Amino acid sequence: MTSEPYTPVIVGFLCNWCSYRAADLAGTARLTYAPTMRPIRVMCTARVEPQFVIKALREGADGVLIAGCHPGECHYVEGNIKALRRYTLLKQMLRQFGIEEERVQIVWAAASESKVLADAVDQMTLTLQALGPLRWRQTVLNGHGAEQAVRESADVRRAALAAQEVEGER
Amino acid sequence: MSEERVGVYVCHCGTNIAKTVDVQDVATWAAGQPHVTVARDYKFMCSSLGQEMVEQDIQEQGLTRVVVAACSPHMHEKTFQGACERAGLNRFMFEMANIRELNSWTTKDRESATQKAKSMVRGAVERVVHHRPLDMLPVPINPNTLIVGGGIAGITAALDIANAGYHVYLVEREPSIGGHMAQVDKTFPTLDCAACILTPRMVDVGQHPNITLLSYSELEQVDGHVGNFTVRVRKKARFVNEALCTGCGDCIEKCPGKTLDEVFEVGLGYRKAVYKPFPQAVPKYPVIDTESCIFFQRGKCKACELVCPTHAIDFTQKDEYLQLQVGNIILATGYDLFDARTIPQYGYGRLANVFTSMEFERMVNAAGPTDGQIVLRDGVTPPKSVGIIHCVGSRDKHYHEYCSRVCCMYSLKFAHLIHERLPDTEVYNFYIDIRASGKRYEEFYHRVLEEGTHFIRGRVAEVTDAARMPGEEGKLIIQAEDTLIGKQRRIPVDMVILSTGVQSRHDSHEVAQLFGMGCDFNGYFIERHPKLDPVLTMSDGVFIAGACQGPMAIPETVAQAGSAASQVISLISQGTLMMEPIRARINPDKCSGCRICNNLCPYHAITFHADRKVSEVITAMCQGCGACVSACPSSAITGAHFTAQQVMSQIEGILWDVRETIPLMAR
Amino acid sequence: MKYSYYPGCSLERQASAYHQSTMAVARPLNIDLVELEDWNCCGAIEYIAVDLLPAYALISRNLALAANQNGGGNHQIVAPCSACYLNLSKADKYMSDSPELAAKVNTALAAGGLSYTPGTIRTRHLLDVIVNDVGLDAIKERVTNALYNLRVAPYYGCVVVRPGFDHQFDDTEYPTSMDKLMRVLGATVIDFPLKSHCCGGHMTQISQDVALELIRRLLKNASDYDADVIVTLCPMCQLNLDAYQDSVNKQFGTDYHIPILYFTQLVGLAFGLPATELGIGKEFVDARPALAKVGATPDVTDIPASRRDKKALPMPRMTREGER
Repeated sequence: MTSEPYTPVIVGFLCNWCSYRAADLAGTARLTYAPTMRPIRVMCTARVEPQFVIKALREGADGVLIAGCHPGECHYVEGNIKALRRYTLLKQMLRQFGIEEERVQIVWAAASESKVLADAVDQMTLTLQALGPLRWRQTVLNGHGAEQAVRESADVRRAALAAQEVEGER
Repeated sequence: MSEERVGVYVCHCGTNIAKTVDVQDVATWAAGQPHVTVARDYKFMCSSLGQEMVEQDIQEQGLTRVVVAACSPHMHEKTFQGACERAGLNRFMFEMANIRELNSWTTKDRESATQKAKSMVRGAVERVVHHRPLDMLPVPINPNTLIVGGGIAGITAALDIANAGYHVYLVEREPSIGGHMAQVDKTFPTLDCAACILTPRMVDVGQHPNITLLSYSELEQVDGHVGNFTVRVRKKARFVNEALCTGCGDCIEKCPGKTLDEVFEVGLGYRKAVYKPFPQAVPKYPVIDTESCIFFQRGKCKACELVCPTHAIDFTQKDEYLQLQVGNIILATGYDLFDARTIPQYGYGRLANVFTSMEFERMVNAAGPTDGQIVLRDGVTPPKSVGIIHCVGSRDKHYHEYCSRVCCMYSLKFAHLIHERLPDTEVYNFYIDIRASGKRYEEFYHRVLEEGTHFIRGRVAEVTDAARMPGEEGKLIIQAEDTLIGKQRRIPVDMVILSTGVQSRHDSHEVAQLFGMGCDFNGYFIERHPKLDPVLTMSDGVFIAGACQGPMAIPETVAQAGSAASQVISLISQGTLMMEPIRARINPDKCSGCRICNNLCPYHAITFHADRKVSEVITAMCQGCGACVSACPSSAITGAHFTAQQVMSQIEGILWDVRETIPLMAR
Repeated sequence: MKYSYYPGCSLERQASAYHQSTMAVARPLNIDLVELEDWNCCGAIEYIAVDLLPAYALISRNLALAANQNGGGNHQIVAPCSACYLNLSKADKYMSDSPELAAKVNTALAAGGLSYTPGTIRTRHLLDVIVNDVGLDAIKERVTNALYNLRVAPYYGCVVVRPGFDHQFDDTEYPTSMDKLMRVLGATVIDFPLKSHCCGGHMTQISQDVALELIRRLLKNASDYDADVIVTLCPMCQLNLDAYQDSVNKQFGTDYHIPILYFTQLVGLAFGLPATELGIGKEFVDARPALAKVGATPDVTDIPASRRDKKALPMPRMTREGER
């Protein structure tokens, strides 16, 4: 693995009601944590489409953190459970892409649990440092054996079509 | 998109941001980014000068979008949306980058903080260019209100709203309103007779021209949304014609069917098969309980029918279903008592002289099964010593971790009442902490201390009849560690009272489901905000009051009920409600009618049109979580203000410095 | 149903009656108990207090053997002795909770060519298996000689339902499985208040006065309730109450003669098996006079009068598990 120090980039999807507030509180409480997480506010973790995660990884993020309310405390009854279900499926897909599962993580942080959120960012930063940069282009697009290239190109084409569809305005 | 003109404003927040983030660098850099027309940094963006700067630029520079990089949107999003609106820009053409709480306050590394701020600004800019103007949603409010639960919370709220001149439907499951408070003898700490203060209000409810009282009725179904709910109520058959009944009680007197009263008398007393839960019941009409009625069980008797002077008994009555139209709903469904049988080592149900607090409450009540005499289970012997065990089922990870908040005070009240009625009886209170944190509560505790009640601090291990030494024979022995002296103690007593805690209604989850609301781990309804919005829920137009939200005593319950009532009155008097337009919408041309979204919606806000084979979001019911948007396989659902395009663009923006351009092979 | 069977040292010697009666009732109950080959001591109570690691290694050797021998067929090991049951469960639980402990234990096991993955084998107490796997209905069908008129005090002891591990089969403070079992056999079950109190354990060896007082309480209480027998599920409890009853009588000037039997012995009797096959007669306090009370029909006088004093307040209805 690479030995030079590197700062990973994490895209954080924070739910408006618990985790974004936890992040707000982390700031208000002056908790220091790694400046690696770039936040995106969503109303609920249930809004986080798997495509958002793939998009973030494809655009250069080394990891994605999805943060929501604790199960049973979701502002929208059980949106977090829906997010968890999608996340479980998404992990299977990541494996197929050759992306380490640890690059996408889900955490429950209540509005009062600023420490939980800050620790999650710190912990994920360490994990990603150990894994090294994602390098989507090499890992996902060219990272496979040459003998598979033909089949892969068809897969990439399908992925590209899917991505195109996703990016069309909703 | 290049025709969009974005203004970027980077706030110093005094030194709060500027100390860690090079705000000038961010502003200068921002000015050179795509779409950005003007970028400035300013000491305090939220000040009136800062806001005016934004307004001025919108007007003079023709800005079409605004980004403010400052604090949390929860702090000042509305402030700047207001500024945009004043300058003629739709309030949703604005985006905030939270570079204070999420950035400058979390690190000391200036370089990385500045870099992160740039990413957040770029993300906001990329996002804001895809924003669409949105209008707040006006919703008309039906002035009728439904209140579920006729305890002190429901009674209070009903009277408040009815007195304001609006109509109320009060639905109560039991044959009479009054709730738990009607069972109680005296209220702490003032020792007011509960019935004396409660029954006048019950009568007011029964007589109020603006209140339709639906007792012995249950909620079956709720449809609709704030301002316009349709509610189906099942009015259970009473077998007594309310139009004819005068409430004289002749039928009750003559009824030969006697049964244990497990509800109002908590199994300590009996009632007839045709009965009123208690003499002052409102409404005054009795109910026939088919399970204990000799006619319903064996086909003959009809004694009540024979004696009824107005021929009001009607054995053919059937359940009735009512359809109500209401604009707001208050849930005041109350609580259940913890079942003392759950803790077998305390002996309830096994050892005759172990009583629950509610049994004791009925026993000391002059209208109760013993006419107010404090006696052992034999019905005649007064106890010479009584042990009161606090926190039964509360503050215990095996049962409920929370404090039930009322048990300390009613236990003290019991101690006082025992001293008052049986001056020679010794009273022992076994407690963990005494929680007397209400008005005049602590003073009451001191009064009970001075009356000579013994206080032993420690959780009780068991209540047993296994005598170990001579003084214990024939007694109930309470074994507990006295943590103040660090010793195990065995106190032999004649009577044990278990101060059982409060728990959520057994069916609270189903009720929450009916309203598309949430329950917490303990089954209590979740308020919109525990501090600032305690009576609002996440479902607009549905309010909660009293112990259905969490354990609370009568004064807090009444205060909450009043608060819920005033929220409702305020909505009704507005006539229409303006709601945030962050909602989902389904494009019928794209919808394949797969119905995946239908069951995902926690608010039942998506209906399916079988004729056109498409789903539709009922805007007023949608809360904007976006669960359906992410799930739609045809990308037919748009989440306003959180569109895929907006989020995707923001992702591209915040990753501006690490992006690799990957060509799409399909193009 | 097939299980791996771990008798433990007590059942080899002083509690041979327990072993004998277990084997005798296993057949009619359709429980196939395959004795674990080459089992060793569970460490009893003391060894864990001396040094944890060797203690867990010692215990886990049995689990490793059980795993090798396929746990009798369904990856479960049955222990009739409460201490064995606790130790086996505890070792498994702590190894699951602590991978470090599991690694150390496995290093020790490797010396004997063994290894154990925590969670592979589920440890069960014999009572749990009989009440919950066989089921009370199936037992009821087998009863030919119901134990009518025999007043039994079900005594669980302190270990079997504590601490509350994952597969805990009964209430920690107030267990009722054996009560229900005895009722199915036709016996009159007293609501024994000290059912989960301590029998003195090894205090008989350390501080006999303490032990004798603890034993006295149990005997006094059972006697207060006119129990004919105390029925146990633990060799230690049986030993203390039985063998020290004489010492208690000497120490406190009492005159208790309460036989202490294993629940399996009573199950066997109710199934019509001969007393000798169940090891009855091996106890110190002769059980024969008590067992002679068993009648062919239920004693009606023993059923609580349904008519109560008019003034008396009703007792709470017990909804929990439909008891009483």
